[in-house]
Amino acid sequence: MKIHEYQAKELLKSYAIPIQDGVTIEDLAQAEAALDQVNEELGAEQYVIKAQVHAGGRGKGGGVKFSPSRESALENITNILGMTLVTPQTGAEGRLVKKVMVAQALDIAKEFYAAITLDRAKGMDVFMVSSEGGVEIEEVAKTSPEKIVKEWVVPGFGLRPFQGRRLAAALGLEGPAARQAVGMFQKLYTLYRELDCSIVEINPLIVTDQGDLVALDAKINFDDNALYLHKDVADLRDLDEEDPSEVEAGAFNLNYIKLDGTVGCMVNGAGLAMATMDIIKQRGGSPANFLDVGGGANVETVKNGFRIILSDPNVKAVLINIFGGIVRCDRIANGIIEAVKVLDLNVPVVVRLAGTNADIAKELLANSGVDLISADSFEDAAVKVVEAAAGN
Amino acid sequence: MAILVDKNSRIIVQGITGSEGSFHAEQCLEYAGNVVGGVTPGKGGQTALDGKVPVFNSCAEAREKVGANVSLIFVPPPFAADAIMEAAAAGIELIVCVTEGIPVAQMVEVKAFVDQTGSRFVGPNCPGVLTPEGAKVGIMPGFIAKKGSIGVISKSGTLTYEAVDQLVKQGYGQSTCVGIGGDPIIGTTMKDLLDLFEHDEETEAIVMIGEIGGSMEIEAAKFAKANVSKPVIGFIAGQTAPPGRRMGHAGAIVSGADESAAAKKKLMAECGVHVVESPADIGRTVRDALKHVKIGVEL
Repeated sequence: MKIHEYQAKELLKSYAIPIQDGVTIEDLAQAEAALDQVNEELGAEQYVIKAQVHAGGRGKGGGVKFSPSRESALENITNILGMTLVTPQTGAEGRLVKKVMVAQALDIAKEFYAAITLDRAKGMDVFMVSSEGGVEIEEVAKTSPEKIVKEWVVPGFGLRPFQGRRLAAALGLEGPAARQAVGMFQKLYTLYRELDCSIVEINPLIVTDQGDLVALDAKINFDDNALYLHKDVADLRDLDEEDPSEVEAGAFNLNYIKLDGTVGCMVNGAGLAMATMDIIKQRGGSPANFLDVGGGANVETVKNGFRIILSDPNVKAVLINIFGGIVRCDRIANGIIEAVKVLDLNVPVVVRLAGTNADIAKELLANSGVDLISADSFEDAAVKVVEAAAGN
Repeated sequence: MAILVDKNSRIIVQGITGSEGSFHAEQCLEYAGNVVGGVTPGKGGQTALDGKVPVFNSCAEAREKVGANVSLIFVPPPFAADAIMEAAAAGIELIVCVTEGIPVAQMVEVKAFVDQTGSRFVGPNCPGVLTPEGAKVGIMPGFIAKKGSIGVISKSGTLTYEAVDQLVKQGYGQSTCVGIGGDPIIGTTMKDLLDLFEHDEETEAIVMIGEIGGSMEIEAAKFAKANVSKPVIGFIAGQTAPPGRRMGHAGAIVSGADESAAAKKKLMAECGVHVVESPADIGRTVRDALKHVKIGVEL
């Protein structure tokens, strides 16, 4: 799960990690009061107006504006709030900005990068810092990987102070600044671990002209599997930032991701669902979605799956690919028949059922009177659905 | 022979009194008759599966009383990490965890714990292990597999069934099929299994089904190049997956250039792995890879 910068900063603050602070608003009418508050409580006379969307690269898309005066801050709030922000991560359609953070402007002496995530290969969390802050870290990793310094956290031991000192030294910090950094890094790791984060990224982590370390930006993602342990974190979810059909699918325990093709897919199992998308592409089509109906697929899940797939106007044909192991194909077939009768289909549907009770299922479909295209194999199914989509 | 499990395995099911656990325990018992008990803390002394097997309070007790050496775990996510550690502490040799949804941070600690013991751990969030005509330790449908000489390693469930089905249609049975799971942290890796299959006399070739995300397939391919003499056939699911989106499995997410399907396939090919382009061609690619090999002898 992703959260906004302002929410991530609130969490950092609750762990006593210094942040660039501010006030987040949703309505232009709140702008004057927000500026007053940032001015009075934080002593700011210059501001940074920051669009709050779940996508990186906001600055490049014009969603982050330094504002040297109250007037320019107001102007930037007016421009950014309600804009459609296009960044390298939003896709061409962009993202509507519904919230902006009115933040204090700080004098930046140095910019660093700091992040914690899981190193899957090592099976340990890794704390990374770089003296090259404020830029795309992927670029740094590619062009000068030696500038990213890493410390791995031994499971159960936390980030040790000596590791924090090594990270601080790698950033060239000395004296009080180094001590401040060690404390901050340990708190950051504590936050990451206690809240079951999948990533905590501070980019940039700055040193101000006054010599203080401050998180100027913050990105925190959470492990979905652990949200049941953290209700307060789960409450930070912003459904406005997610695709409505994906949210709806989630409510039915369906794993759905919308893509931009024309062939809708309904598959049981994530691996087979990905492979189904792949073969559609290889046969000249383009998948409209990823949809895993899971191991417990029944009449209801099939019906809901259909409805969600068909809510996408780009879908020209649907492929149902089920390999029944524990799931019985005859039950899936009944679900398909019922769904087709209820939903008033206007696109061709190709069905491929294999595994447990596949023969019974094929007979059910054949005798049902519903209009379906039956496929015998994975290959056959892909060819038929791509053809059907092209012809529709 | 086969690997990991066979008809001599003595299997217990942790969580056998739950609905999932009892359903699948019954299937495993039916398949090869080697489920010897179950574990549910507080329910020791009862029986499960209509009186067919005893229930114990702990893995240690099951090990002592019925000589359990394999454990299959269906315990719900909040208790699964503890269940795995309990099995390892009791000296269970092979632990297979089917449970989906265990927090990653807990798995990091579990893995570190299990690594300190002599136990081998498969999963979590996996379909388990199947040695045709030998043992079923998990949820794979036994009827699709046939006894034979192809080792199967996979991150996925149903895609494994698809692969096994294609193998059978080409006339190839399997020595053992292992679903390793698609989570970011898993116990037994592709590389570990390549090593086991390489040293298994019954296995003639190895099918490796991976997906986007992580670097396990790349490490396995490099290992195969240096250490595996048998043909390795590899497929990567998720060629069409957009970066940054989690494709069902918690681990199936492209977060760097090296984690894409294209990058993995390229490196696998460079390491001598027979790369399968279309998921419909897994069986055919095995046949092509084995056309110069007959019963383990180069023609």
